[in-house]
Amino acid sequence: MKHIELEQQGAVGRSPPRKDGADKVTGRARYLDDLNFPGQLWGRTVRSHVAHGRIREIVWDAAFDWTDVVRVTAADIPGENVVHLIEDDQPMLAADVVRHREEPIALLACADREKLEEALAHVRVEIEELEPVLDPLRSTVVFKSYRIEQAPQGLAQAFADARVIEGTYRVGHQEQMYIEPQAVAAIPREDGGITIYGSMQCPFYVHRALQRLLRLDDSQVAVIQVVTGGGFGGKEDYPSVISGHAALLARKARRPVKMIYKREEDVAATTKRHPAVMKYRTAVEADGTLVALEAEIVMDGGAYVTLSPVVASRGVLHAGGAYRWRHARIDCRVVQTHTPPNGAFRGFGVPQTMFAIESHMERVAVALGIDPLELRRKNALQIGDELPTGQKLTSSVSAREVLDVVAARSDYARKRKEYGRSVGEKRRGIGISLAFHGAGFTGTGEVKLKPRAGVELTDRGARVLSVSTDIGQGTITVFSQMAADALGLALDDVEVAENDTSKMPDSGPTVASRTTMVVGGTITRAAAAMARILQGYVAQVHDVPAAEVSCAGGIFSARGRALAPFAAIAKRYLQERGSLRIIENYRHPPEIRFDDATYRGDAYPCYGWAATAVEVEVDLDTYEISLLDVSTATDVGRAIHPVLAEGQVEGGTVQALGYALLEEHVWDQRGRLLNTRMQNYVIPTALDVPRMHTTLLENPYPSGPYGAKGLGELPMDGPAPAVVGAVLHATGKLIPEIPLSPDRVMRAVLS
Amino acid sequence: MKLTVNGVPRSFEAPPLKRLLDVLREDLGLTGTKEGCGEGECGACSVLIDGELVNSCLVAVCQADGCSVLTVEGVARNGDLAPVQKCFLDRGGAQCGICTPGMIVAAHRFLECGLPATNENVREAIAGNLCRCTGYAKIVEAIQLAAGQRS
Ligand code: FES
Ligand code: FES
Repeated sequence: MKHIELEQQGAVGRSPPRKDGADKVTGRARYLDDLNFPGQLWGRTVRSHVAHGRIREIVWDAAFDWTDVVRVTAADIPGENVVHLIEDDQPMLAADVVRHREEPIALLACADREKLEEALAHVRVEIEELEPVLDPLRSTVVFKSYRIEQAPQGLAQAFADARVIEGTYRVGHQEQMYIEPQAVAAIPREDGGITIYGSMQCPFYVHRALQRLLRLDDSQVAVIQVVTGGGFGGKEDYPSVISGHAALLARKARRPVKMIYKREEDVAATTKRHPAVMKYRTAVEADGTLVALEAEIVMDGGAYVTLSPVVASRGVLHAGGAYRWRHARIDCRVVQTHTPPNGAFRGFGVPQTMFAIESHMERVAVALGIDPLELRRKNALQIGDELPTGQKLTSSVSAREVLDVVAARSDYARKRKEYGRSVGEKRRGIGISLAFHGAGFTGTGEVKLKPRAGVELTDRGARVLSVSTDIGQGTITVFSQMAADALGLALDDVEVAENDTSKMPDSGPTVASRTTMVVGGTITRAAAAMARILQGYVAQVHDVPAAEVSCAGGIFSARGRALAPFAAIAKRYLQERGSLRIIENYRHPPEIRFDDATYRGDAYPCYGWAATAVEVEVDLDTYEISLLDVSTATDVGRAIHPVLAEGQVEGGTVQALGYALLEEHVWDQRGRLLNTRMQNYVIPTALDVPRMHTTLLENPYPSGPYGAKGLGELPMDGPAPAVVGAVLHATGKLIPEIPLSPDRVMRAVLS
Repeated sequence: MKLTVNGVPRSFEAPPLKRLLDVLREDLGLTGTKEGCGEGECGACSVLIDGELVNSCLVAVCQADGCSVLTVEGVARNGDLAPVQKCFLDRGGAQCGICTPGMIVAAHRFLECGLPATNENVREAIAGNLCRCTGYAKIVEAIQLAAGQRS
């Protein structure tokens, strides 16, 4: 393993300014709200005011002038009234039963925004209220359940022989709170089709949803992602809903319709992180060796299935933490409640289960009187160990290394000793956590999806072709770096094509920490194939052996002699042969095998590893927690762009610190969300978080492009339990539920 | 109504209670200033009015009549990136970029005021600007780098 060092050659491993950066720092970047369409109307949504009920009637105020307002209900849907995803249970517009507050029932559009707001106040929906189920533990509707077992015959004996330690851990909803709300525009076309521009992660999700909703064929839909102001999972599946709505309005109005949610509407109506209740029971030897694990995890899916089965799957696959267990039985179910559907949010089930296992490790450490860092080091996964699915780890495992780096960086040993003796009103503590995160889709996901991506030749270099979106994480820059190096081009001579489903190959959704590793790898292979073709062409033109032709810095050469600039060759090639476009299929490592039926095997081709140390001060007067220091160490395989990679770590870490300390949704007894504003759902400001010490480690994944593995979600997994550990160190109390609000801290300290 | 926007005098008709944010974006075509919440919480709409940092979503245009307004479009000079913008590029201070215009304006204001660019001072200066992507670390670094270059 080596630490980041700058490469002398090529773009990979360097940190050039992001390609879309100049537009972003000058205000030139055009987000959806900055685009206007001739003749456009604005769209709004009529929503349910109850959590569960039967729609009686939509009452349009007869005294109101509706002439210039377009109205849409479920009856206007030409195709199927579904939001296409895993199951077909969610209607695009509720027609008979509503299953959560703010569920869309009807749509309005008008050119005049003020009149549109007025119109909204003149629609009333009469709903016969039914009893809502709000407690997931009481829900009888199970969307999906999983069981993972490792050597279960030995479980009973293990629990009989070793010390048994139990605990229950709870997490609530978390809001993605991207700063740009959901936003799309729908433009009707003469062929009866529709074009969507929008802020989104997954253009093909929207493409397929619109085909079914409007009964259109593939060529009648085009979905184009515009510059997107953050997503974090919140723009994975929800854009299908708002795009469907805008499209229905646009189709009826025969005019473009722009829909941008207001902040309160966005928070109240769109998806959030799944709450979870997680019961852990472990058998542990006196020396700290973990022996057996039994866990029962219940996740709250909200009203419709959406992505819940995959969120729960990823959660359960990580539920044992980055540790070795001889025996395990992990059960998980995700159930229905009458709240808005919970969906994707960075980490996708793992922040929940990682919170449980890592908080539980703190409990074990206390019970056995072992330092929590030592307990983790002792049991941390290493090459040759097996996960509860039976997956044997064969490469790129860095659990111990990240712990050691973070322990040194945070001065853990000294602070652990010193703070342990603190007295008085302000108590300090330091906590540490270990996390891992599988990169790419779970199990056979990538194989079934068959993602495709590629490159095409331009007259100065190359253009990358995919639908993988840049939502801030830097996809455009990272893809360009990878293609530039494979082709021997300068970074400036590689561009990334506009993300348009009618023109680009389907590289799959931008989720699951798969973009750099899976799609980037495919692009790198396509670029290498193009390089070989061009080498052959140069060989022919210059009459040299193809094997001796290479390209570096945009110049083709052979035997140390420069032959021609890339651009000259490209122009000539295009003139002679028309075009050069190479699309590759993702190649799954054949040795990676998973059985979806039994949940045995290699759930992910590789894992990223991260450790976090958090130092806190707890004020025993106010019960407020301040963060003094945060250190992270993260194994990314290979940092294609170290500054962007650090940005992923730091941004994810602060989202996780918000999860740990500040972010909490409050619901009333009838399923209404009470804090729908940024004022009362508080995310961290610059003053809430301290300076961070970020260390990247590079333990390459042999099948990843340049050794890279997935990174985006991992930083979200570990910080929350590290805060719990630090507060435990400071106060002697293990608080098994986040956020650690002053109220919760007070109750724990006084108990 | 009259405003001096990024050094250029502009006059226009607008309802007096129209939000300054909307006047900038719709009437004056300056879409660099963003709306993240419309309630004074996120700072994406930050501009300077006579040198003071304000949320333009909370300002009725009549309150700014006759004032001088600086938006993100006015930070770059003669088409060249201002040093603070270059520092944001070098240090990765922009990810999705939706908070960036407001951050740049807040950073510009901080650099003009001449306070020492300590970690605390910089964080205080951008405390009204929410960023969900970066965790602020690289933004703080970028502003400190820009401050270092000035002195
Ligand atoms: S839009 Fe003005 S503060 Fe958020
Ligand atoms: S860069 Fe996305 S909100 Fe700041």
